[in-house]
Amino acid sequence: MHFVLEQVLTGLSIGSILLLVALGLSIIYGTIGVINLAHGEFIMLGAYAAWALKTYAGLSLLPALLAIFLGLGLFGWLLERFLLRRLYRRPLDTILATWGVGVVLQQLVRLTAGGDLRYVELPPSMASSVSIFGVEIAAYRIFIFVVAAVLFLISWSIMYRTTFGLKLRAVVQDRNVASCFGINADRIYSLSFAYGAALAGLAGAIISPLKSVSPEMGTNYVVDAFMVVVFGGVQSLFGTVISAFALGEVTGVIAFLQNDTIAKAMVLIVIMSVIRFRPQGLFVAKVRA
Amino acid sequence: MKLTRRGLLHTGAAGGAFLIGGMPHIWSKNSDLAWAADGEIKVGVLFSLTGTTAIIEESLNKATILAIEEINAAGGINGMKIVPVIEDPASDPATFAEKARKLVAGDKCVSVFGSYTSASRKAVLPVFEKQNNLYWYPTLYEGRECSKNVIYTGAVPNQQQDEFIPWLIKNFGKKFSMIGSNYIYPKEENNYCRKLLEKYGAEVVNEEYVPLGHSEFSSVISKFRQQQPNVIFSTVVGDSVVALHRQYKAAGLDPAKMPMASLTTSENEIAAMGGEAAAGHFTSAPYFEVYKSPENEKFVAAYKKRWGADKVTHFVSEACYFQTYMFKQAVEKLGKGDITPNTIREAVKGVELIAPQGKVRLEPENLHTWLWPKIAQAKSNGQFEIIVQSKEWLKPEPYAAYPNQVCAEKGLVEKKS
Repeated sequence: MHFVLEQVLTGLSIGSILLLVALGLSIIYGTIGVINLAHGEFIMLGAYAAWALKTYAGLSLLPALLAIFLGLGLFGWLLERFLLRRLYRRPLDTILATWGVGVVLQQLVRLTAGGDLRYVELPPSMASSVSIFGVEIAAYRIFIFVVAAVLFLISWSIMYRTTFGLKLRAVVQDRNVASCFGINADRIYSLSFAYGAALAGLAGAIISPLKSVSPEMGTNYVVDAFMVVVFGGVQSLFGTVISAFALGEVTGVIAFLQNDTIAKAMVLIVIMSVIRFRPQGLFVAKVRA
Repeated sequence: MKLTRRGLLHTGAAGGAFLIGGMPHIWSKNSDLAWAADGEIKVGVLFSLTGTTAIIEESLNKATILAIEEINAAGGINGMKIVPVIEDPASDPATFAEKARKLVAGDKCVSVFGSYTSASRKAVLPVFEKQNNLYWYPTLYEGRECSKNVIYTGAVPNQQQDEFIPWLIKNFGKKFSMIGSNYIYPKEENNYCRKLLEKYGAEVVNEEYVPLGHSEFSSVISKFRQQQPNVIFSTVVGDSVVALHRQYKAAGLDPAKMPMASLTTSENEIAAMGGEAAAGHFTSAPYFEVYKSPENEKFVAAYKKRWGADKVTHFVSEACYFQTYMFKQAVEKLGKGDITPNTIREAVKGVELIAPQGKVRLEPENLHTWLWPKIAQAKSNGQFEIIVQSKEWLKPEPYAAYPNQVCAEKGLVEKKS
């Protein structure tokens, strides 16, 4: 029992990091359909923002989160407004453009903050472990789980419980018809992209105390994020959650029984097999065609 | 650039020596090779200034340049200046090979100082063997290499582990867990470690490798919790080592009961992970910045003065520094016209000097270096405290894990068992 619980908790903590890094992409790629290869760099910017706010402004991680959320949101909004908006009808060019943005961001950070690895201080209140039914787990991992869950609930509410979400879903289904009904599609897209970027920045800031912060760190996360979103089913926020925790559990168990190298390979094999037989991913958003 | 210009300016001053020195050079058997032309000794400096390993290799470049500047400021080698030709191989093994070819064949460098990773060393090896030039490699590495074209000044497994492992067993216990990055270096170190553990009757409860760049250690840590090893023998490298230490700390594990013992965590890595995440863990290496010796105080002060007070020295940059002085001592023994990679290799055999870590010596047989192993514990201020210091220097044995093979002067010898 102890062993099972330990595995479940390990899987949950891996899964919540996956969910955190994938949530923003789930909005940007899943909903508005932009294949955003700079997603990893948004995460990296969030982590560097946490580091910079701590180093230069003395702001510790938790109070810095709001500033990072707003800052990355603004950055995403500008990027959408002045670059991506011009490319919506050219999906292949979008891939190239976001890839280019990612490279530029990496090098900009390297030039300004330097190539050294950085780290962000763990909030002292969470620098210990907590015992859940006899299983020790880092307090900070529980915090990550809670944050991921809350962010998902907020995103889900925005999508399905607000007028904005209604409009967004309308635009996603048919942009022209939605526009005919007086919905400002451009504005909806800008805001959604900004929200997705802000979530990515938040993810970067929150994982930074556990991971190393470097200009190249985004490369791994963009792969993880796409993996989760594609596996869960594009356009399905709910699918993203299930997929993140499923992959987290599978990784955790295989890594425990074998090792992380095999876990990584096995997870990708599982995803490929599923995509082969279910190209739309695990979950499909119900759309009346 | 600054250096090259200074080197050029001094060429005039060395002009007298040039006239005298120029003649015999024509008659020497290497006359077709302009190795030390114009009173200058050209050497290559091949450390990545961009790319993934630039973080550490930049400090190696800096330590090498510092030594060259000091030697030149003190009058050079027999009146000749060392002129460094700096290339940036961008952390890419193929580029390493290409730049090495340029330095050796194009620039006619008489030696090249370079490389941090084994992958990049293996990539340039064919160039140096084919051109019969000399490569000076400062990094600790997995051993099992025997080339007459490489001078190895970093530690090999026996030098880091022979004292470390018994000490760990004595102080913490016999249950070892091994965690490493998935490539050749950790596997060879663990292979040697297993032999030592067997010899002292200790056991390995787990041996595991994570992909390079891996940053999620939840499962690894839950295994530590379950198996409760006395010592975690870690050969995890790069940004993974930062993630491992930070997650170990966040999980609330106690270094006093289950310390990580590393061969690669230096002052540089500690600066990247934060002192509080490193505190309490152990590293075995020939050099630490806090080591007290007049030579080290001089080195650290000069390094900080030249490159900035926030910079740290570590066991690879120290090797960069003293190997440049080894080069100087070797070339000093040679007449101006005799300076070739071949003669330098012969001259450097058995060279001794007082390095920041203590007196080191180049072993004539295998071109590796006699070093002074030390065991140190990381402190929360980002520095180490040296706990054990070897009473004698240790002979380099690159084939220590392979009793049937020996690296001898004529190359690798297979012993019949």
